[in-house]
Amino acid sequence: MEGLERFIGEHPFFAGLDAGYRQIVSGCTANVRFEPGQYLFHEGEDADRFFLLRHGRVALEIEVPGRGALTFQTVSEGEVVGVSWLIPPYRWAYDARALDLVRAIAMDAACLRGKCDADPTLGYDMMKRFLPILVDRLQATRMQIMDVYGASD
Amino acid sequence: MVPIVARVRRRRRDGPGVWTLDLRSDEGAVRPAAPGQFNMLTVFGVGEVPISVSGDPGDGDRLLHTVRAVGPVSAALADLRPGSAVGVRGPFGIGWPVGAMAGRDILLVAGGLGLAPLRPALYRLLADRDRFGTLTLIYGARSPDDILFRREFQSWRRKPGLDVQVTVDHATDAWDAHVGVVTTLIPRATFDPSRATALVCGPEVMMRFAVNGLRNAGVDEAAIFLSMERNMKCAVGLCGHCQFGTVMICRDGPVFSYDRIGAMLGRKEL
Repeated sequence: MEGLERFIGEHPFFAGLDAGYRQIVSGCTANVRFEPGQYLFHEGEDADRFFLLRHGRVALEIEVPGRGALTFQTVSEGEVVGVSWLIPPYRWAYDARALDLVRAIAMDAACLRGKCDADPTLGYDMMKRFLPILVDRLQATRMQIMDVYGASD
Repeated sequence: MVPIVARVRRRRRDGPGVWTLDLRSDEGAVRPAAPGQFNMLTVFGVGEVPISVSGDPGDGDRLLHTVRAVGPVSAALADLRPGSAVGVRGPFGIGWPVGAMAGRDILLVAGGLGLAPLRPALYRLLADRDRFGTLTLIYGARSPDDILFRREFQSWRRKPGLDVQVTVDHATDAWDAHVGVVTTLIPRATFDPSRATALVCGPEVMMRFAVNGLRNAGVDEAAIFLSMERNMKCAVGLCGHCQFGTVMICRDGPVFSYDRIGAMLGRKEL
């Protein structure tokens, strides 16, 4: 547990988190690793965890019939994989596949939601940490949709 | 204001619909261009367009221009064969402030064809590498097939003291590197924001996003430089076609610091 608390303290997502909260949050964590090619989760499965990447890269993919898996984003060390655990019905909307050996901290979503419900100050802190990620991803999606570099054909 | 006549010595395909022309003048050496400056190139009988210099300013009398065929003139330029005549006026404008960046950490942020006007600055920075702090090239392209100067990227990746980060918006199965918009690479670069200078070139929307990413990372607005593009015609600030608020892009730019033009970016009226 002490090691996990240290990992949490070192991860950029939890930068500046109060020591007391760090201890509370670490109660919801597990140390995990994925081999290259292994899936962290699949579309449609229960979003019961999210991941703080400590090492390696993860491809976020959507399976398109006739075209295979399309990667729309890669996420790497210091970043977060998974936001679907925040909003009911808590199901993954895409696949996440390890591109390299991935080491991560897995956060138990139900556990963390429970702690946030019990302490709204912690919940508000979590919201402030996740909202920038959601906004950044929304803006990145807008930019991808705009196809700003022009057609290649 | 009168173009000199140059001839296409060589042409090389550097991307889909993108060609780099190696020009040599019939009338003596063409005037050397500073990184970020542009020339007005004429295809006789078709028209004239502004094209940034994309070659090494230190490379003798070679004049390189990288052109994407998007309109009648650029399509005619891109289609020119070795020996064809091209009119050259220039160089014009104010380029990248390479001389003023000594001792600073440098980020080059390019999107799509925007790498072409940044390449001369990269050559100069590499030629004088010890004078600068960290040096990072961040490049975003639409897809792996659209990556510009693909062969050169391989040599840049091997250069000591140059961190090269490439991303694509739309990946293919064979692509195993980064996927996502170019701004997502900014937090991964190693630099001290208090002493960093960023040179940004690409579609204007991409540059606005990149500026946000750089400001979020703590880079000073006065240390962010953008290369702007407008309808440049005379290239000397007289005709007014490229007026952008209080500035003429051709004369006062095309490179501007963000603190000078930031308030005008994204305004529909401009």
